[in-house]
Amino acid sequence: MSEIIRMSRRDFLKTGAVLSGGLVLGCYLPFGNSAGAADPATTFAPNAFIRIGSDDTVTLIINKSEMGQGVYTSLPMLIAEELACDWKKIRIEAAPVDPVYNHTVFGLQVTGGSTSVRTEWERLSKAGAAAREMLIAAAARQWKVDPASCRAENGFVVHAGKKLSYGQLAAKAAKLPVPQEVRLKDPARYAIVGKPRHRLDSPAKIDGTALFGIDVQLPGLLTAVVARPPVFGGKVTSFTADKAKKVPGVVDVVQVPSGVAVIATGFWPAKKGRELLDIVWDDGPEGGLATPALRQQYVSLAQSPGLVARKEGEPAQAMQKAAKQLTAEFEAPFLAHAPMEPLNCCVDLKSDRCDIWTGTQFQTVDRNSAAEVAGLKPEQVHLHTTFLGGGFGRRANPASDFVREAVHVAKAAGKPVKVIWTRDDDMKGGFYRPFWYDRISASLDDTGNLTAWQHTIVGQSIATGTPFESAMVKNGIDDASVEGAAEIPYAIPNIQVDLHTPKLLVPVLWWRSVGHSHTAFVVESFMDEAAHAAGKDPFAFRRALLAKHPRHKGVLELAAAKAGWGKPLPAGRGRGIAVHESFGSFIAQVAEVSADRKGTVKVHRVICAIDCGRTVNPDTIRAQMESGIIFGLSAALHGAITFKNGKVEQDNFDGYPVVRMNESPAIEVHIMPSKEPPGGVGEPGVPPIAPAVANALFAATGVRLRTLPFNPKALLDGMGKG
Amino acid sequence: MIALNVNGKAYQVDVEPDVPLLWVIREQLKLTGTKFGCGEGLCGACTVHVNGEPARSCITPVGDVAGKKIVTIEGIPAGHAVKKAWLAEEVSQCGYCQPGQVMSAVALLKKHPKPTDGDIDSAMSGNICRCGTYPRIRTAIHRAAGAKKKGGKP
Ligand code: FES
Ligand code: FES
Repeated sequence: MSEIIRMSRRDFLKTGAVLSGGLVLGCYLPFGNSAGAADPATTFAPNAFIRIGSDDTVTLIINKSEMGQGVYTSLPMLIAEELACDWKKIRIEAAPVDPVYNHTVFGLQVTGGSTSVRTEWERLSKAGAAAREMLIAAAARQWKVDPASCRAENGFVVHAGKKLSYGQLAAKAAKLPVPQEVRLKDPARYAIVGKPRHRLDSPAKIDGTALFGIDVQLPGLLTAVVARPPVFGGKVTSFTADKAKKVPGVVDVVQVPSGVAVIATGFWPAKKGRELLDIVWDDGPEGGLATPALRQQYVSLAQSPGLVARKEGEPAQAMQKAAKQLTAEFEAPFLAHAPMEPLNCCVDLKSDRCDIWTGTQFQTVDRNSAAEVAGLKPEQVHLHTTFLGGGFGRRANPASDFVREAVHVAKAAGKPVKVIWTRDDDMKGGFYRPFWYDRISASLDDTGNLTAWQHTIVGQSIATGTPFESAMVKNGIDDASVEGAAEIPYAIPNIQVDLHTPKLLVPVLWWRSVGHSHTAFVVESFMDEAAHAAGKDPFAFRRALLAKHPRHKGVLELAAAKAGWGKPLPAGRGRGIAVHESFGSFIAQVAEVSADRKGTVKVHRVICAIDCGRTVNPDTIRAQMESGIIFGLSAALHGAITFKNGKVEQDNFDGYPVVRMNESPAIEVHIMPSKEPPGGVGEPGVPPIAPAVANALFAATGVRLRTLPFNPKALLDGMGKG
Repeated sequence: MIALNVNGKAYQVDVEPDVPLLWVIREQLKLTGTKFGCGEGLCGACTVHVNGEPARSCITPVGDVAGKKIVTIEGIPAGHAVKKAWLAEEVSQCGYCQPGQVMSAVALLKKHPKPTDGDIDSAMSGNICRCGTYPRIRTAIHRAAGAKKKGGKP
């Protein structure tokens, strides 16, 4: 059944206007050959996303940042499905900053929240379909036949043995009106969407030609590194740069609001110069910040209820009447995103124009921030989005920290300059996943049914104090603090989830899967504890409580079946299960783990079942599940940012280890066939892995670990081997 | 002036001998495929070959490799078995670590044409991938070695 969708003519006129304004021509081509001369007279540009040249090249302008999640392939697949173009002729351009490229829900140009496919599906399908209809109309006109007797196929319009390529039709199609209504394909007839497809960006990523922000070269480009305060909220009191300025290659040393910048002809002299700076810092109010004391503060807050995010029934009364009650406390540390590509930003600032090249997830905010610093109008700032060497949320910062700073440095330098963060800078630079502490209680009746659930969460708000506060914080509750905890799907008659939001100067930010990164750990670990307290199998216990949630139940059953739940395992191994919904997708994971004599945790195998609704590129979904699992495993086994005397104690991958090849488990991903609306895939693979491993460790050793990352010593102590 | 031989080409570079090879490759030679990830030999993003051996260019002073045979990602031919396997297994995500991964894998296969999972662990554990492409890297290495073995070792 085909769907007829009304299109907003105004939208298309608007998007067309951008093209004729030539904005797109100036935009950055992240890889591949240039699309050739885009002569406006012969180029068919029916909307802001598609440009077809007389040479048959199909240029797709993608408004989402490619940071590994595969949008430079999945979004083109959505367009190509309707456009029926030749896949091999596709070129990708990163969209410039323009309102036509805004997120359809957030109203800004942004890549995040695992929303790209979900929000662009309809818009890009329509864009592709409109272009196809216009090409067909152009051909039908030329042949003087009924458009309905023509069809589009692999870059050609065909009719009764005749065919014309899209390139041949481009100039004519460009003169036709944009249709008001387009007929979208019946999903049952999809030829591209829903079938695995190789990524368009892969070749460039293994021959060194893919351009990341750090790779941008400009004539006369200088490089800067910045010495930033060692304590959050600190400032420069005074500094001397005499020694730094003597380093050959150092061009200048300037103070900027974020610290002291050493500007040089290359990275090495800049870094050497920075080492020779003498800076007196004023540490400010957080000079005494220490993780153990912070933990104590959080622990005491957790002992009383906070602002109520969800309440049903009377949990306190139900607890009192219950046959059995259990309580536990959980902890999850600050985490750095640690993308492989350290932060960087390249700026060419002139009196009436500013060009910025950087890997960002937050184009509108960064562009506007840059304009503010540069003293220019937003339209005078041209932000070129490069490939991102990982984002994970760090490159979507309401504070635009790395962009603002780079514009300040460029202002002082008076020449094009690229600010590069060292790994230490990146790791100590803040905007962490918040530190979380949770206290949770549950009660069971005498047949082992859950009667009440009370969950108190303590942690900083991400959105408070940003322009997103009004949208994301309601009645003092930042939705991101309680997501995954407030809306637990289990059938429990009495439930309360509440929140304390302490304030600290440690900057925090969304970290791949945001609130779910800690709530899933707490909820799914504690659900396991409840199952054991009830004397029930953790899979069967969950399953029974999910009767009204078929998608949760479906993935739970699929993962358990594929993992051979209940079947014997080699001695010393345990299996753990967890299920969690986030970003519109439902995921269950079963982990198989063991611990050695040193308490080192080994994850042997992870079985992952996902229901993310209708799929675009199943191979990308698999890849994102693998990616999320390993990312989450790094946090479960290793990750922690801690403070002493106000300073971050970790500075590189030795102090902040991540999972490497030798720790990487075998991963099996099973995708649930589904006709539901699409869900996200970039983030939802992360939340279930920590609890699945914790639950598996309990099964293997009898020890319940409630603090992330898992501490081998705590494990050995629990096993009586410490 | 330091004489360098990179990807079979001779260069004369005017830098101090203590500058890490990484920055000479990236900034003087403009070969930006070799990446900066940690600067301390901890992540492998900067891996190149020096006389056929994998080396972390971020901690290799350029003065130490004068006259030696240096190969970067740009010097690995397009049809190389490792590159083909990487594409077939669709390894790359953000891609930032991948030049280093490919360089480590090429060196591994030269030494162990039929590597075991243990060989892969020891040769590849110095290369971090924050996108978690390890299972596919493992499969791709087996594929490049001509063995159809699935990633992971439960
Ligand atoms: S940059 Fe050289 S090992 Fe990390
Ligand atoms: S592909 Fe992103 S770090 Fe490896």
